[in-house]
Amino acid sequence: MSEAIIEINSLCKTFVTKDRQVNALNNINLTINKGDIFGIIGMSGAGKSTLVRCINMLEKPTEGTVFFDGTDLTKLSAKKLREVRRSMSMIFQQFNLMMQRTAEQNICFPMELEGVDKKAAKEKAKELLKMVGLEDRAKAYPSQLSGGQKQRVAIARALATNPKVLLCDEATSALDPKTTTSILKLLKDINKRLGITIIIITHQMSVIEEICNRVAIIADSQIAECGRVEDIFYKPQTAAAQKLVYPEGKLTDKLIGKRCMRIVFDGNSSFEPVIANMVLECKAPVNIMYADTKNIDGKAFGQMVVQLPQDENLAKKMFSYVKAKGLSVEEVTGYVG
Amino acid sequence: MWDEATLNMLVQGVVETLYMTIASTAFGYIIGMPIGILLVTSAKDGIRPCAWLFKTLDVIVNITRSIPFLILLVAVMPFTKTIVGTSIGSTATIVPLTLSAAPFIARLVESSIKEVDKGIIEAAQSMGASNFKIIYKVMLPEAKPSLIVGSAIASTTILGYSAMAGFVAGGGLGTIAINYGFYRYEKELMFVTVALLVIIVQVMQAIGMKAAGISDKRK
Repeated sequence: MSEAIIEINSLCKTFVTKDRQVNALNNINLTINKGDIFGIIGMSGAGKSTLVRCINMLEKPTEGTVFFDGTDLTKLSAKKLREVRRSMSMIFQQFNLMMQRTAEQNICFPMELEGVDKKAAKEKAKELLKMVGLEDRAKAYPSQLSGGQKQRVAIARALATNPKVLLCDEATSALDPKTTTSILKLLKDINKRLGITIIIITHQMSVIEEICNRVAIIADSQIAECGRVEDIFYKPQTAAAQKLVYPEGKLTDKLIGKRCMRIVFDGNSSFEPVIANMVLECKAPVNIMYADTKNIDGKAFGQMVVQLPQDENLAKKMFSYVKAKGLSVEEVTGYVG
Repeated sequence: MWDEATLNMLVQGVVETLYMTIASTAFGYIIGMPIGILLVTSAKDGIRPCAWLFKTLDVIVNITRSIPFLILLVAVMPFTKTIVGTSIGSTATIVPLTLSAAPFIARLVESSIKEVDKGIIEAAQSMGASNFKIIYKVMLPEAKPSLIVGSAIASTTILGYSAMAGFVAGGGLGTIAINYGFYRYEKELMFVTVALLVIIVQVMQAIGMKAAGISDKRK
């Protein structure tokens, strides 16, 4: 496999307030490889924002080490750290653009810090604006831009220093679904074209499914599960992962104790009418409780929960039919939604 | 009463008042601005927390702000004399005006900079900006409209104080108002000086608001 760009070892972060201690992060170990689009997902308050801030040392970890490209960031001086941060950009949920600067001036800002010649900076800003599809908005102030446009400017700004890593802290959480998709597409494009490693913090599984290749699930200040997105999607091991992967809502309560199976689709099979064929073959109807399929990484990907007939033999037959089609299938028991 | 001498006196009064106000505001900012910035950066949630520095500045600002201007004016007379060479006239008044304006300006600057979104500062930090660069490339430019409004408030307040200095022969319109209106009961002349003060305040405030509006790109 490719080499690691970020290595987090037994990282802990404790906040001390007046009357108590809060363990925001507890013994985190993570390795992120070059070229990854790495997702970190968790519920609100799980510690994901703190974790991403520990990666670029906006928060100093209480314990543990963070290696970036071979250097231990926890041991760097303030000056050295500022230099390193230039190769590790960040975008935010609230965009955090300077309101008194135009889009172009915002993009030039990190280059000003670096001491890049003004003319060269402007040239680069123009290029970046073109890349994010806003070449005609160079002179616009953030207040004149929509949310999606602001995030595009923020992405252009983040790329101005040619970073190796792009940290995204809930970068799409303030955007509507359509804009989210377009921003994710842009990020994926950046990852492919420029080879920049992207780390995405989110609470939306859909974001992970859409662009990440690896994911870490963080729950209760710890990494609950970490691996390839497909693996975790097929077979979530922990309760925290199941909670995120399985269909949500009241539906799940009703499924408990009934004869239900969860079918996970990969590549080819979702284009074949598996369920319909199964029904025809077994000559018994099934009840589709949940279905969600989409295009991930160029492959059709999705899941379906169906309720099988009362007849045990019939159910078994259906189970093995789906299995024979090469689909990942499991009996759904008492998981909590 | 509208002879040439009176008119000349009024013109001179306006000039002196503007001179005191502008000079004191300028000196007030030279002292107060750095204090205001330090109050923000050294605060607990600032970019470089420093409890003792914050506490010290905070207390000094509060103490100097609570001394009534007239008391300060008299109290610093010896100091004024060593600096300016005299304790009367408009140039002498600049010293106590500056001393009283500086802590007030420090608070105005502090509150303006505090309005800057924390996220923007965090973004600058994530880009590797030093604290110094965050101050002069992020905080001050982002707070500019609010700082301009603050300077309009500061200069009009200082103008009011400068008129008070008339009681100790501080020069400007205040002295005229007191000499003629208070000591000689020439009410008309007093009203004229007061009207002039009102007009000057109006104009300064209007210029300040206009400038702030033009510089603000948030709307």
